Amino acid sequence: MRNPQLNRHGELQHLLSLDGLPLSILGAILDIAAPFTEVAEREIKKLPLLRGKSVFNLFFENSTRTRTTFEIAAKRLSADVINLNVSTSSTKKGETLLDTVDNLCAMQADMFVVRHESSGAPYLIADHLHATGRDDIHVVNAGDGRHAHPTQGLLDMYTIRHFKKEFHNLIVVVVGDVLHSRVARSQLAALTTLGVPEVRVVGPRTLLPTDVERMGVRVCHDMREGLRGADVVMMLRLQNERMNGALLPSPQEYFKVWGLTPEKLALAKPDAIVMHPGPMNRGVEIDSTVADGGQAVILPQVTFGIAVRMAVMSMLAGN
Amino acid sequence: MPIELPNAETLLARLVDQIRPDVSERTALVGIHTGGAWLAERLHRLLGVKAPLGTIDVSFYRDDYGSRGLHPRPQRSGIPFDVESADIIIVDDVLYTGRTTRAALNELFDYGRPGRVDLAVLCDRHGRELPIGARYCAYTLPQALPASRSLRLSRDATGTLSLRLIDA
Repeated sequence: MRNPQLNRHGELQHLLSLDGLPLSILGAILDIAAPFTEVAEREIKKLPLLRGKSVFNLFFENSTRTRTTFEIAAKRLSADVINLNVSTSSTKKGETLLDTVDNLCAMQADMFVVRHESSGAPYLIADHLHATGRDDIHVVNAGDGRHAHPTQGLLDMYTIRHFKKEFHNLIVVVVGDVLHSRVARSQLAALTTLGVPEVRVVGPRTLLPTDVERMGVRVCHDMREGLRGADVVMMLRLQNERMNGALLPSPQEYFKVWGLTPEKLALAKPDAIVMHPGPMNRGVEIDSTVADGGQAVILPQVTFGIAVRMAVMSMLAGN
Repeated sequence: MPIELPNAETLLARLVDQIRPDVSERTALVGIHTGGAWLAERLHRLLGVKAPLGTIDVSFYRDDYGSRGLHPRPQRSGIPFDVESADIIIVDDVLYTGRTTRAALNELFDYGRPGRVDLAVLCDRHGRELPIGARYCAYTLPQALPASRSLRLSRDATGTLSLRLIDA
């Protein structure tokens, strides 16, 4: 079967998911991202790689940080960036997703950065482009439903490699609402591909997918047990709409059991790093002392995110 | 007819002699990855240049990106001195089409406005496609090489430099 992310030469054509992405390409993205971090230190923070290209940020779901970092990344590559807040425009008037795409193709789009509340929407667009012979247009998934958020997964891997150098000797723990998290799914796929020997997922039964063991991870329903000896602690955001309802009693209760406090973090290795994809809920999944503490690498994650997105876009545009 | 290549270490000594009279307080060296960076490292020491050594990888500035894509392993560029008003010598191993030098110039100017920029190369193999020449050049091949052959600098475990011809 054709891998929808790769072209016929086996090169990256679209970035849709980290699940099924070969190690060679995953590694190449991380390698290529490294020199892009240096651009931020220059007088002129621009590279000419995407000069004359039009990148459309197609956000069917709100997101400030992801959209902004994609925009900065594309602009540092000299692309023209057009932001479409689709949730407040054509779709409201009844236009279908693929009609929107066709219209933007008619405006000479070179790349779509897509965020959509439905899992698979970026695949649908990539398929449509292929079926209509427009293989020169690239799609980057910026988060689709509960499915995947590949650039977040990549920037997390870049952050881990930056601070820990290697993957093959690590214990990595993912804590929180794995069930609803596209970030977690991308992280788990990448951690497995990169050969992390021990990946643990920690969270209440109601927020872990039933068959999560099949992703090659160890499941812990006890936070303390899960954190013991960890090198990397990746916290997930508890989404507001899950806080009250059948899945959880209350945010306070959640914090008491699953919130990352200095006491719980002390069970991990002394040099363990703490990551969070943002936006953080202080006092729900993470204590402020930890979020602002010396082990947190949450802001470097944001900075690396720009370099990683530059790497992805320049790889795609060159293939 | 086999082509006789000169000894790279001898050429390096010749290059040092050419550059030395022009070295001043404002002189700074920038080596182009990978061969040029090795060369610049040696020149930096031999010439006693005060400004820290700079290196650039021109992968992000190449004019064939549109047709050939991104180089798979770009290196970090690093210019650890103030480019503004500096007298910069760009160092590369081989001068060929001039496109690499063009890319390096573009990249350099994104760091600031140098006072002066010169080019130093170990070997000129002819075949220029741009109006670029080297102020310092240790050796010019007697005749142009066919495009199918690639002339490269290599460095062994002891740090000794040598020129190699490779069939591309």
